[in-house]
Amino acid sequence: MNRRKFLSLASAGVVAATAPVNCRPAAAAGNPEAAGVLHDSTLCIGCRSCEAACQSVNAAILPKPENYRIPEKPFYDRSVLATMRRTDFQRFTVVNRYDMEGRRPVHRKFQCNHCMEPACASACFVKALFKTAEGPVLYRPELCVGCRYCMVACPFFVPAYDYDNALNPLIYKCTMCAPRLASGELPGCVSQCPEKALIFGKRSELLKIARERIAESPEKYVDHIYGEHEAGGTSWLYLSPVPHKFLDQPEVGNEPASRLTSGILESAGAAAGILSFLLGAVCFFGGRRKSGAAEIDGARASDGGTHKEVSQGDKEDGQ
Amino acid sequence: MTSGSTDGQGLKRHVKKNGLIFIVLLIGLGLTLLRFTCGIGAVTNLSDRNPWGFWMAFDLLCGIAISAGGFAVASAYYIFGRKQFHVYVRAALTTAFLGYFFEVIALLYEVGQPWRLVFPFFLSQGTTSVLFLVGLCVALYLMVLSGELLPALFERLGWRKARAKAVRLAAPLAVIGAVVAVIHQSSLGSLYLIVPSKMHPLWYSGLMPLFFLFSSLFAGLSMVVVEGMLAHKFMRDCADDRHARDADRAVLACGKGACLFMFVYFILKCVEVAASDNLRHLSSGYGAWFLLELAGGVALPALMYFIGARRGRTGLIKAAAIITVLGVILNRFNVSLVAFNYNLPAAERYFPSWMEIAVSVFLVTLLVIAYRGICSAMPILRTHEDHEKEIR
Repeated sequence: MNRRKFLSLASAGVVAATAPVNCRPAAAAGNPEAAGVLHDSTLCIGCRSCEAACQSVNAAILPKPENYRIPEKPFYDRSVLATMRRTDFQRFTVVNRYDMEGRRPVHRKFQCNHCMEPACASACFVKALFKTAEGPVLYRPELCVGCRYCMVACPFFVPAYDYDNALNPLIYKCTMCAPRLASGELPGCVSQCPEKALIFGKRSELLKIARERIAESPEKYVDHIYGEHEAGGTSWLYLSPVPHKFLDQPEVGNEPASRLTSGILESAGAAAGILSFLLGAVCFFGGRRKSGAAEIDGARASDGGTHKEVSQGDKEDGQ
Repeated sequence: MTSGSTDGQGLKRHVKKNGLIFIVLLIGLGLTLLRFTCGIGAVTNLSDRNPWGFWMAFDLLCGIAISAGGFAVASAYYIFGRKQFHVYVRAALTTAFLGYFFEVIALLYEVGQPWRLVFPFFLSQGTTSVLFLVGLCVALYLMVLSGELLPALFERLGWRKARAKAVRLAAPLAVIGAVVAVIHQSSLGSLYLIVPSKMHPLWYSGLMPLFFLFSSLFAGLSMVVVEGMLAHKFMRDCADDRHARDADRAVLACGKGACLFMFVYFILKCVEVAASDNLRHLSSGYGAWFLLELAGGVALPALMYFIGARRGRTGLIKAAAIITVLGVILNRFNVSLVAFNYNLPAAERYFPSWMEIAVSVFLVTLLVIAYRGICSAMPILRTHEDHEKEIR
């Protein structure tokens, strides 16, 4: 990771010649006391209650299942679990089942991970996406231009787009039920989980719980809390009995997204300054005399500015 | 009466000659209608995992790289005083202007709510985004380019005093233009810095900003040569003798410039692959493709440029220019479509729909028509008498 950062800085540095580059901590750094959710997939039975709850508490934003443009089986039908689904403009969360030889199938819940330093927020050029101090990464639809750079940037492939909407296409992703949190309620999915596979709490507390569970029954879990360090840490955390990559939880590296671009962005200004000074200097004192200047002086002459021409000549002699 | 009938025949001949263009325009207009009434999904194969596709790769990344000829040639002429480039200055600036202008047009198709494209400038500035920097540069550079083309416009209008004032702005504008364009070209590479986990390691690099900058420089210079060839072949009516006479000198100069930048780029690429842990990837399919891009799209034409420039063989340089342009197009496609999302299963990968390609063909056709129109109306490929006096 250090090398990568070094290179991007070096690359900016070459453009800037000797730009003073210092990487500040990302502006959107998450609050460790903020809210998060822990999903323990050893407890998840794939009942899809969370999917149903999510739909009903977000009924203002999401369509009813019977109005889906891409039809889906009703929430009580568990046969869809085996098909690999993802979130889209009609649903903020899905649960997929992963069948593995020699063991019980593992269920994995998918929704926005609410990164501590979100790539989407760092990539958004209108600040339509932002991390709140309380934990959720939220979206202001009234600002969204629809460039979809957040979708490119998100290492977890979370933001979804309503491509078939011509007039008001928007990004769709989980809000961690921020309005419910504000009124002291649990996120919809957590509130309806019958197996307590989802726990809501402070991220620091959840990490403690997760570590305890791994320590208590190391045979049950892989020794990894997905989301503790991934992409600089996420508010959602996951425990799994199998390596997370088998659950389509990609290895994304531990560097927060904002650090990947802050260096180059900060040095852009310095690069512009130094480059304009150098080119300006060449232009003034250097080669310009040979050709472009003739053209410009010619223009002066045809402008009728004989006086200027003389003063220009003086300057030339002085050099 | 007789003249009327010949006019009618002329029109018929015109339609016959340009039939293909009419079809392209008709399809393009139809798809435009579809795009703005039924949404992006109706014409593209984009998906939640593949948010940027052919338009981003071709219209934006390739289009802007190719448009770099404008600032490369303007800098060489106005800042570094390389007279050889003179015949190409206005042609390159015109291409750059149209390239950037049509980038903005392409953006209207590409983004979901184009009527909000002013938001990042006036309503809510996302300064942590590389895309914000990109947008800022596009807007700035379009203004600079319009300023750089003012002398040609004033010559056409016969406004001598205004022209004389505009000409004096040429050098400062060239400096500003070069700075903005350098930042813009490199920041297009920086766009992908944020996705290390999604991009194939052979293409992902902290040096992407520099790769994009240098490759745009040689792509731009090569495109200027290619364009000169096309203009010489199809637009003789817009060009004067000087243009034909001085073209070879300019071709040679472009070849030398492009060769230098390709050398730097090639070394950088090689060092990056060797210094990172990427040599092991070279034996894979992606590795072969990467080597093809680097050997066929850079090393080969660079060698041709080198030989062509040393022996003064413009034919070789022109061939190299065509290969270079294709090579850079391949590179931009590789970065944005082949290397990006390389670890998704094949079924989830993106492949453009014919409609996306047709829209791009439509926009390129409009660009060519606009270029022709500007060149025949304004002194771009010919030298106006006022201008003639100055460069003597």
